[in-house]
Amino acid sequence: MIVQSLQRPQGIRPPQTAAAVEAKPTEARAAAGTQAATIKLSVRNLNFYYGSFQALHDINLDIPAQRVTAFIGPSGCGKSTLLRTFNRIYELYPRQRAEGELLLDGRNVLDRRQDLNLLRARVGMVFQKPTPFPMSIYDNIAFGVRLYERLSRYEMDERVEWALRKAALWDEVKDKLKQNGTMLSGGQQQRLCIARAVAVKPTVLLLDEPASALDPISTAKIEELISELKKDYTIVIVTHNMQQAARVSDYTAFMYMGRLVEMNDTDTLFTTPANKQTEDYITGRYG
Amino acid sequence: MNARLYARRRLINAFNLTAAVLTTAFGLFWLGWLLWTLLANGLPWLTTTVFTESTPPPGATGGLANAIVGSLMMVGAGVLIGTPIGVLAGTYLAEFGQESRLAAVIRFVNDILLSVPSIIIGVFIYEVVVVSSGHFSGWAGALALSLIVVPIVVRTTENMLRLVPVSLREAAAALGAPMWKVVLAVVYRSARVGVLTGILLAIARISGETAPLLFTALNNQFWSTSMDKPLANLPVVIFQFAMSPYEDWQRLAWAGALLITVSVLTLNIVARLLSRSRQ
Repeated sequence: MIVQSLQRPQGIRPPQTAAAVEAKPTEARAAAGTQAATIKLSVRNLNFYYGSFQALHDINLDIPAQRVTAFIGPSGCGKSTLLRTFNRIYELYPRQRAEGELLLDGRNVLDRRQDLNLLRARVGMVFQKPTPFPMSIYDNIAFGVRLYERLSRYEMDERVEWALRKAALWDEVKDKLKQNGTMLSGGQQQRLCIARAVAVKPTVLLLDEPASALDPISTAKIEELISELKKDYTIVIVTHNMQQAARVSDYTAFMYMGRLVEMNDTDTLFTTPANKQTEDYITGRYG
Repeated sequence: MNARLYARRRLINAFNLTAAVLTTAFGLFWLGWLLWTLLANGLPWLTTTVFTESTPPPGATGGLANAIVGSLMMVGAGVLIGTPIGVLAGTYLAEFGQESRLAAVIRFVNDILLSVPSIIIGVFIYEVVVVSSGHFSGWAGALALSLIVVPIVVRTTENMLRLVPVSLREAAAALGAPMWKVVLAVVYRSARVGVLTGILLAIARISGETAPLLFTALNNQFWSTSMDKPLANLPVVIFQFAMSPYEDWQRLAWAGALLITVSVLTLNIVARLLSRSRQ
């Protein structure tokens, strides 16, 4: 993989200079942290519309590979909308559209010629509410795999086990793989959804408030899982929970009213935010 | 707490509750009476010969075997023709057409079809099939029944598919599944009990339809299983026998009426049990 900073110098700023850029929110850039971090996803001049309503304004940021990047901001700030452009899931709805560029490994996936389903196989997504399919736990995992791979019975068994282990669910369900996925508890269902997404072997994992419908123990498990998964995947998580963002992410982007206000490595953003709006938000003055 | 306001609310509650119970009892009373009349008049004549012998000339012994079989054949064929069309159209409306103009037009036309008096459907098939083929036939009857099935199944299928949470479709699509696969593997699976319930209700609805068959299948005094010829069927037999002056025919009409009512009731109960087991 090419280190993108060579290709697109404007995409990466060293952390110390990033703060200077943040003065103008629309020019906010990802501070890609350690210089070694490869850029997985680059968002360039992205605008998003629900019908005639513009929900995202000129977003520019970089998502580093094999790191956890969190989007935070008050309700309606556009963080989920931004996440939903990454796998173009918004295209299920005819009145929603995105303009701009979204470079995945340097290729613009917003391009019309990009095959939608192949993109989604590479960019997995887990939603706020657990969404187990009304089929067995085994088939929940196998469903996505069967779309793209023809595996033998044995290979599929292995893949299912592998995915469930990745999602730290194997030990709890290994004796009831034939049981309906909807019979699991909420926290287990969400881990099943993560296993399902992982089973397809994507390179990016999008998590849209994955723990907001769960109890604290399940939430802790999901957070543990995220830290575990980032070894292999580029993870982008939307959360309204700032503590969660601080706990699990390496980089955090703060959004407000459809604009990216500030993005930096998580420690810097939470301790010395460059922008007044960010500071007000993380200190709980609004949102 | 305002005691007077609370007393007032309790009074209104008591009044509404009483009214609700009374109206329910009113509805059930007529249903009970109807069932009782059918049982009292039909049950004594519901013997084995009803199922083994064909409709007799007046004064002879006989049963309804030909009418039962004819009804089963036409209802079966009508459902087999109407269900795939209805399910596919309902799927189009819920999954693909959604808010589009075409979908709105289809929905509107379907609603009209749903409320068309069944005699109009009978006359229509008479004109299109019976007149052009030159004779009444079981197929014409089945076609008329299928025209009643289609709008019911379209409506229930669309409603049931819409009950499936959007998040489930998004989750399947997010795995990279193409739309048709999302619908087949995930949405249908979630909604199948509801869709099946709709089909059962459609069967219940057409089991008693008389007018469309009167113009299409007509009737047949004799044992026949040919869909190309006029075909005996319970509703028309009941209609003819009940209107006749012969007492033995009238008895058979009662038996047939009881038979239809019991099967429709059974279908409805099965549909209800199915939709309950969905939870």
